[in-house]
Amino acid sequence: MDYKPVKTFSELAIKSLDDFVYGIAPHPVTAKNGMVIGGGTVYPEINFTLPPMTVNESTMPEVRRQYNEMIGGILERAKDLHAPGIIVELELLPPTTIEPKWGVEICKILRDKMYEYEEKYGLKSLLRITPNDTREIERPPFMRRGELLESIFVTFEKCAEVGADILAIETTGGKEVHDEALVTCDIRKAIFALGVLGVRDMRFMWSRIVDIAKRTDSIPGGDTACGFGNTALALAEQSMIPRVFAAVDRVATVPRTLACFEMGAVGPDKDCGYEGPYMKAITGAPIAMEGKTAACAHLSALGNIAACVCDVWSNESVQNVKLLSAPAPVAYMEQLIYDCRLLNEAAADGKEYALKMRDWLANSDSKLDPQAYILRPDVVLEISKELVKEADAFVATKKAAALAVEALKKGAAAGELELPAKEKKWLDIIGSQVDSIPDNWEELWYDLQKSLDLSKWRPEEYDLEVNAAKAVSAG
Amino acid sequence: MANFEELSQAVLDGDGDKAVELTKDLLSSGVDAQDVIAKGLIVGMEKVGELFKNNEMFVPEVLMSAAAMNSAVEVIKEGQNDFDMPSSGKVVLGTVKGDLHDIGKNLVGMMMESNGYTVYDLGVDIEPDKFVDAVKEYKPDIVAMSALLTTTMMEMKNTIDALVEAGLRDSIKVIIGGAPITQGFADEIGADGYAEDAATAVELCKKLTGVEALSA
Repeated sequence: MDYKPVKTFSELAIKSLDDFVYGIAPHPVTAKNGMVIGGGTVYPEINFTLPPMTVNESTMPEVRRQYNEMIGGILERAKDLHAPGIIVELELLPPTTIEPKWGVEICKILRDKMYEYEEKYGLKSLLRITPNDTREIERPPFMRRGELLESIFVTFEKCAEVGADILAIETTGGKEVHDEALVTCDIRKAIFALGVLGVRDMRFMWSRIVDIAKRTDSIPGGDTACGFGNTALALAEQSMIPRVFAAVDRVATVPRTLACFEMGAVGPDKDCGYEGPYMKAITGAPIAMEGKTAACAHLSALGNIAACVCDVWSNESVQNVKLLSAPAPVAYMEQLIYDCRLLNEAAADGKEYALKMRDWLANSDSKLDPQAYILRPDVVLEISKELVKEADAFVATKKAAALAVEALKKGAAAGELELPAKEKKWLDIIGSQVDSIPDNWEELWYDLQKSLDLSKWRPEEYDLEVNAAKAVSAG
Repeated sequence: MANFEELSQAVLDGDGDKAVELTKDLLSSGVDAQDVIAKGLIVGMEKVGELFKNNEMFVPEVLMSAAAMNSAVEVIKEGQNDFDMPSSGKVVLGTVKGDLHDIGKNLVGMMMESNGYTVYDLGVDIEPDKFVDAVKEYKPDIVAMSALLTTTMMEMKNTIDALVEAGLRDSIKVIIGGAPITQGFADEIGADGYAEDAATAVELCKKLTGVEALSA
């Protein structure tokens, strides 16, 4: 069954570089409590997780205590630092998604405390709920049926009912193939995983999530290519794969992440989606980003540039461990508030200051790493302008990779990007691989299925038929 | 006549066709198969391992080198029915119960295979009992566990406890890895070692099994 997009994006929402700046999105999102995301203020978004411990029935009292402690400390610090408002993300773990009652209970603990601070102290806040995509527990996973899938939707619905404002998820459709593509640096498989499998899974998942948002009067925020582009980012950071591969792969994730907006998501999208600037340029939706303040969760070469067009600024996730100053979630709340305060202060002095700040953030990173270079606002607009000309998601994914290769080559040739020889070599290899990809996805699928490990995933869950073997035997 | 240096360079370059051609040449010149392996193929893979450890090679390049070596080994096998490729040792590998992350584990498996280890990859979300069953079945030298979540890392201890209970702990070495894992945690739960990435996992295995190199 084909899940049809409810919206298409054939032109850019942001057409001028001077309109591409942090804090302001063409289509801001207004929450029930009046907070406006993308309306001129960058808000901090704090995400936190449990310290090393097992989550089960017997440890749930400690789980509750941990979340109570974390949210209490976070809100108190936000109040003391006069935050204009905050977003709290509850990213559920597998056990607290599989047992929706636990996830809902934690959600209520957080939301009730947030209501209390809003009522008592006027500290406005929003809660984003992100269930874990637990479908992959079953191997090979069922993507469109089964209890694991239903638990995700129940978690969304019940959490929204107890006050979660924003719905988000990191969907994983196509990840098995993409993982295989990453370790072998095979951009053909990566494009198939993203442009065919990923897009189809996003359309399926987000058709349901948007329905839940409508029923519960919550905001269908958005998704992220975390399981794809961020896996590439982490591998590149460890020197396992070339950084240029991670950069090209990131741009290739754009049509996949865009699929949630085509199904009705409105932003702010998920913080860890470093493809966010492309979403903002194309859809006009506000975006959440993370950079240097996410070093608690993973290292990256995007610490500053990630902030340059953000509307929400996040820390990815931090464990509740005690630091010299305070528990880590409290310390990170403080860092995020100060980062946002500086961004907002610069913007308050006038647009030219916001643009100067944006360019400082971008230029301080973009020369040093190809993954940063492809997030430069002018590069994002240039590539996005070409991508919106393609109606077909698979063709757009292929085109995204080709445009990224071209942009990186151009940047290196112009001296705007420093690339060592071993990286340049791979840029040529990736370019040749992209050139060999047919414009017809079926042709690529037919070609790839002979070399893909079909025991790890179920083609039928993506409406695909395995036909290569039959076709070969039929002569 | 081809020489060992050219063969090890072909492996290093990931050039399977050349590795096959040179191997055939050496064998037809009367060079002993074990020498072709030890002085040519394995030497090439050792250089690969060194470059990878120093961040001078990427994983796909290592895999191409391993594939080149395997192509050459196939040529040797064709000529000798009783030929058996020497193994550095056996490793049972898996991501612990409750944890679904597998790309790091897969990389460790690939790197170990590239270094001559026989790897039994159990997959993800592996219960302690399944590790125990695998140790009984495969009799490995090493059990390698991975976890990426703070809420699943304690399953490593549960698995070690299960191995102790089954009376198997002394027959194997246990190594662990994953984002939240530290040497301190490894010491705390009684693991024999911790590796922070795939390259150091291979080094650790060599150290723990006393295998410095197959060519030695």
